[in-house]
Amino acid sequence: MALTKNDMMERLIEELSFNRKDAKELVDQFFEEIRGALGRGESVKLSGFGNFDLRDKTERPGRNPKTGEEIPITARRVVTFKSGQKLKTQVEAFEGPLSSD
Amino acid sequence: MHRFGQGPNGVIMTKSDLIQILSARFQHLPARDIEAAVKGVVEHMVETLSEGGRIEIRGFGSFSVRFRAPRIGRNPKTGTKVELDSKYVPHFKPGKDLKDKVNQR
Repeated sequence: MALTKNDMMERLIEELSFNRKDAKELVDQFFEEIRGALGRGESVKLSGFGNFDLRDKTERPGRNPKTGEEIPITARRVVTFKSGQKLKTQVEAFEGPLSSD
Repeated sequence: MHRFGQGPNGVIMTKSDLIQILSARFQHLPARDIEAAVKGVVEHMVETLSEGGRIEIRGFGSFSVRFRAPRIGRNPKTGTKVELDSKYVPHFKPGKDLKDKVNQR
């Protein structure tokens, strides 16, 4: 089962004695603020986790995989994530295997 | 051209910035609780990925762990071949809302 905002919220209630409403809003706002910053063209650095950066891509030729028709992939801005040292090291220590769910 | 690591508009939002913004918004709560909550959420995500788990945040994106097969690498300085073991790495896939939000001009 994947970790969701709901699980994060439950932990804030259990471990930090947040009430349900505050816990829900805090978790919502946490992601909303990060999304807002990226939307304004800011990069986001969460120490201990990683960095969300933005890359501006130029237009390039593409193809509709179904029809083979050539269609340009327009210039766009995309989000990239680069994990920080702590996260990288901890995930590398995972012994596997990955579950399929 | 912006400096490496900054956003295109030259601004970086850090975890401390995020704590400050949220503290200002949740004024009925002690700032130390907001700090603990933000750090707790980040720690929860690190723990999950460290156990090979997935994180799914609707409208934001999903984090998962991917397997990297063993390969022969090269020391870029000396050119010597080095055997690299298989490993697991974190991966982020932005959700549609986030993609649309950063791409609106």
